[in-house]
Amino acid sequence: MQSQSGLPELPVTGRAANGTPPERILRAEDFVSRHSNGLDQFFSYIKGESGLSILDLAGANQANVSFITNLGHKIYSEDFLRGLQQGANGDAQPRVDAFLSQNLSHQDASFDGVLVWDVLEYLSAPLLSATIERLARITKPGSYLFAVFQAQEKADSVSQYSFRIKDSKTLLVADRGHRRPEQIFNNRSLEKLFQGFESLKFFLARDKLREVIVRR
Amino acid sequence: MSTAPIRTLELEPNRSAASIGKSVTIKGQIFSREDLIVDGEIEGAIELNEHRLTVGPNGRVRAGIKAREIVVLGTIEGNVEALDKIDIRKDAKLVGDIKTARIIIEDGAYFKGSIDIVKNETPKPTAPRPQAAAAGASAPAQAAPVSSNAVK
Repeated sequence: MQSQSGLPELPVTGRAANGTPPERILRAEDFVSRHSNGLDQFFSYIKGESGLSILDLAGANQANVSFITNLGHKIYSEDFLRGLQQGANGDAQPRVDAFLSQNLSHQDASFDGVLVWDVLEYLSAPLLSATIERLARITKPGSYLFAVFQAQEKADSVSQYSFRIKDSKTLLVADRGHRRPEQIFNNRSLEKLFQGFESLKFFLARDKLREVIVRR
Repeated sequence: MSTAPIRTLELEPNRSAASIGKSVTIKGQIFSREDLIVDGEIEGAIELNEHRLTVGPNGRVRAGIKAREIVVLGTIEGNVEALDKIDIRKDAKLVGDIKTARIIIEDGAYFKGSIDIVKNETPKPTAPRPQAAAAGASAPAQAAPVSSNAVK
């Protein structure tokens, strides 16, 4: 669902008076440990290297920052969905441009890897395509993106998750409540979405999530 | 995922610190040879090489910062270098690049920028050596306490 300006409506559940979802501080018991083949693949590609630049689009948290920096890499943090909630009003395209200049403004070929998580599902069509285009620009050729999508193909609202890296093969996942996705992707639409990238690899899990590794 | 108890702004006992209150605005450079608590607004640069900077809940800092330790409860916009560690508490906001040896980020904190972990190779001195103390005594006036260096 899109607003008149072309940017996503905010979540339908748990919306606060100012239109933004209430921030819930997650506790250790909210997280469930989950094996992640996609994450395993992502880290196997950068294994043995250090000093890489990794972009995390889901905001900074202690677990991910510690894991990435302990590998000897530099982490860049963008809180993409929080930035979306702070977007200004206006026509669609200027708003998309303004959003990206505030939230994804990096030099070309800056990153060796991107942890996209599930943020793409909550972007409107114009913002999504502009974001994918920007990601292609700011990542180095041969770099990898790790993204997560809902496996179900029809849903009015889906669980929004927080992802914490426990180790290179394990994620801690917490359900942050329901949120209306802008679009639900299937394998075909994901292939189309990343058609400008070199390759795409899917990992279907037992739960409702589909993990994707994209090679730039 | 922070399981640590909520910490307050209280300083350690017997630890003195200069303080900038919430109704104070400073534009310029601040050099300090003691810990500093900022609960007001600062625009410019802050340098406390061997000391701790605490940006209180009302603090708004638009400055490049260099300190031994930085605790953020308020807002910082600017690049930050913490020689020992930076502690970004719940509800804090930091926009800028961080260079530090250690970092703590509580859930609920907003951070946008890069984190570069720089391992501190040199061991921390346990006590000031006589030569160092003598050198400190003859340090230039720019290293005077914060309150006398708020300029512009």
